[in-house]
Amino acid sequence: MRKAFVFRFLEALDARQQLALAAFLAVTLLLVPILHLALPPGNVFHVSTYAITLLGKIMCYAIVAVAMDLIWGYGGILSLGHGIFFALGGYAFGMYLMRQIGRDGSYHSDLPDFMVFLDWKELPWYWTGSDNFLWAALLVIAVPALVAFIFGYFAFRSRIKGVYFSIITQALTYAAMLLFFRNETGFGGNNGFTDFKRVLGYTITSPETRLVLFGITASVLAATFVFARWLVASKFGRVLTAIRDAESRVMFIGYDPLWFKLFIWTLSAMLCGIAGALYVPQVGIINPSEMSVANSIEIAVWVAVGGRGTLIGPIVGAFAVNLAKSWFTVSFPEYWLFFLGLLFIVVTLLLPQGLVGLWRMLRQAKA
Amino acid sequence: MFKTLLALLIFACATVAQATPDAALVRQLADEDSDVKIAAIQTLARTSDPDALRILKAMSEDGLALAGEQVVIVDGDKVFDAATGAPVPAPENAEAVTVNNRIRRELASALAALKLFDSDPAARLESAQRLQSKVDAGMAPLIARALEKESDAEIKALLTLAHAQANLANNDPAARLAAVRALSGSSSPAVKNLLLPLSGQTGGKAGQTGDPDSRVRYAAISAVKAIDARLSRAETIGRIFSGLSLGSILLLGALGLAITYGVMGIINMAHGELLMIGAYSAYAAQSLFRNYFPNAIDWYLPAAVPLAFFSAALIGVLMERTVIRWLYGRALETLLATWGLSLMLIQAARVLFGAQNVEVANPGWMSGSIEPIANLPLPLNRIVIIGFALCVLLLMWVLMNRTRLGMFVRAVTQNRAMAACVGVPTARVDTLAFALGAGIAGLGGLALSQISNVGPDMGQGYIVDAFMVVVLGGVGQLAGAVWAALGLGVVTKLIEGWSGAVIAKIVVLVFVIIFIQKRPQGLFALKGRSVD
Repeated sequence: MRKAFVFRFLEALDARQQLALAAFLAVTLLLVPILHLALPPGNVFHVSTYAITLLGKIMCYAIVAVAMDLIWGYGGILSLGHGIFFALGGYAFGMYLMRQIGRDGSYHSDLPDFMVFLDWKELPWYWTGSDNFLWAALLVIAVPALVAFIFGYFAFRSRIKGVYFSIITQALTYAAMLLFFRNETGFGGNNGFTDFKRVLGYTITSPETRLVLFGITASVLAATFVFARWLVASKFGRVLTAIRDAESRVMFIGYDPLWFKLFIWTLSAMLCGIAGALYVPQVGIINPSEMSVANSIEIAVWVAVGGRGTLIGPIVGAFAVNLAKSWFTVSFPEYWLFFLGLLFIVVTLLLPQGLVGLWRMLRQAKA
Repeated sequence: MFKTLLALLIFACATVAQATPDAALVRQLADEDSDVKIAAIQTLARTSDPDALRILKAMSEDGLALAGEQVVIVDGDKVFDAATGAPVPAPENAEAVTVNNRIRRELASALAALKLFDSDPAARLESAQRLQSKVDAGMAPLIARALEKESDAEIKALLTLAHAQANLANNDPAARLAAVRALSGSSSPAVKNLLLPLSGQTGGKAGQTGDPDSRVRYAAISAVKAIDARLSRAETIGRIFSGLSLGSILLLGALGLAITYGVMGIINMAHGELLMIGAYSAYAAQSLFRNYFPNAIDWYLPAAVPLAFFSAALIGVLMERTVIRWLYGRALETLLATWGLSLMLIQAARVLFGAQNVEVANPGWMSGSIEPIANLPLPLNRIVIIGFALCVLLLMWVLMNRTRLGMFVRAVTQNRAMAACVGVPTARVDTLAFALGAGIAGLGGLALSQISNVGPDMGQGYIVDAFMVVVLGGVGQLAGAVWAALGLGVVTKLIEGWSGAVIAKIVVLVFVIIFIQKRPQGLFALKGRSVD
């Protein structure tokens, strides 16, 4: 009997992981909404709007971290420019959100405010169809995928790898950031997109919309995890790991590493684009600083902190680092960079397997 | 129209009364109407008469007064007749002549023109230079007279240009033709704008057909072309020059990166922060000199050279010994760890020196510029930087090719295992090479402090550019880094001229990606049989 599509993916998880997944979905889809809506703000168990936005944001980051782990932990390709795909997805969805503002902007024009400000008379061609949700959703996936495919094809074809590849991704993202900082590019210059009013007709700041976005993000994160687990356990995943460990040997056996690398690279970019699109309506702003070099490298440290090549590690890392960041930037803003810098060094020097590796080591020591 | 007629009328009067200023003309200086006053000032100025200078000077000092119909100059308690200069008894009902701002401007330029007849050559030169930018048709006879008397060659050349400019509006086609020909040797954009309306080409006002005389028109067209060619040549040379100076900064940044990448196979992401340390060393040296040796402030920069080199090298050694040493063979993780180092260094700079940019001034002998050909100012600080980079390069070459350490570094770059086998102390070579690369980055930061802002984030922008140089030039050879740095610098500046800085960055990046499709090992690959 053919099993339902979803179950084939779920089979990649063992019983414990399936239980954890169910618990995660129950908390994010049922418990958090109930605690947010049913309890008054003063109650100890009330989940505040701030917490929902923060957790929603971190779950978007966790999706990016899983995408990063797929290429770095399993493919051995370290990208220092993944922010570009995240931001492209965010911008693609941001265009739709800007059009949803309609005439409620401060200039009461059909055009987005920043275009009125620049004295533009009509939308540039690449904004065509941006008021259509489905088209925007397509762009969210297609634009990062296209950029990643073209860049990846040329880079992997000439067998650029290791630090060369890392630095070139960084240069790419840096150039894109400069491009998006220009007003003439048509994406709002250094202010980017903000002041969104509604999504699919629903007010974007209402508690219900927030909870729905939160739930969608949680579901996408869960789906990404299950899919990634299935992928790395498949034959494809095993060839990919082999390429990571000994590319030349894989080539001599008869595989062409180009298409394996290109596939995982493009897939990773698509996941980042989706994460970016989920991030924008929850955080309410997208600007070129998302493409800054520092942001992209931070993604790598989430993965490194959690543990590369484990899939659960990046999620743990994204939560740990970003919660620490929220706490530090409020309590000791001056020491955050020292802490982050130290984190980079300590994790690479002392914890090559990350928190997950540490956990495993401790359990083994006990057993 | 009325104004011109009036001016012509007065001009006619003035030419008649050459000897002493005409009393009627002088009377007009005290007219109610500003236009009449201005016309009178201009006419007076053209007479190049010492009396005119005296009257206009008095007027500009608010010393002119009207007593009935007589214009008088009031100087303290003495009073003179303005036209003749003879002392007169103080009139009772003298009324000061009002001088508004417009008239004051007119007076200033009239007085400047009269300076052409000053006995001091410096004053004449200054006046002639002023005339280059603003000269009107009526001044031609005045300039011609000045030209006759002038003996200084430099002033004479300037005056010839000014005379030609004034003559462009002459009614006589032959005079206009001569003027256009004289001007075609100029290379100033202002002269080009003067000639454009005569040539009847685009750039003139709409509907303009150019000079009525066809010979003048053609001469103007070719003159405009000649000036254009000269201007664009100067501009191109200027771009190449600024490209070279950018290239020398890139070179200083990339040399260190190329050495460490060659020797250890790692990219130091904190390399930009070593530039920053060098730049802050310049700032520290400057503050030290300001406080303790204010007389020798111009020499803080030479003193900062060893400071920048050794402080950056020291930080480099610390980085290598504490972090990088433990990550050999794990190149990707080194990227992350060194990035962490760079974050900490940036934050340390913020804590020590503040988050704002600090001010590092050029020493006196480095500010200003030289102008080898017209319209091509080459800033001295950039020239010094190019020279400095050349010196550093030379020292590097000697060090790499003529010393034992250089030989060891080259050996480890080519084959680490074999070098270790024949007794090269690879660990010490690593540390020294890293210190050397860091020190050179510090020198690069010192150079950078002279042409751009010094702040905690300044190094971040340079690491990508410096790495592009390493990718382009290939690893392990100085020549590759030199050609790649200068080439990237010049190409960036040339593209910047056409399409702006952002597009230039993107084009260069795309170019580098395409380039390594063809030559993955860079411009100058080391020949060898190593595999990864």
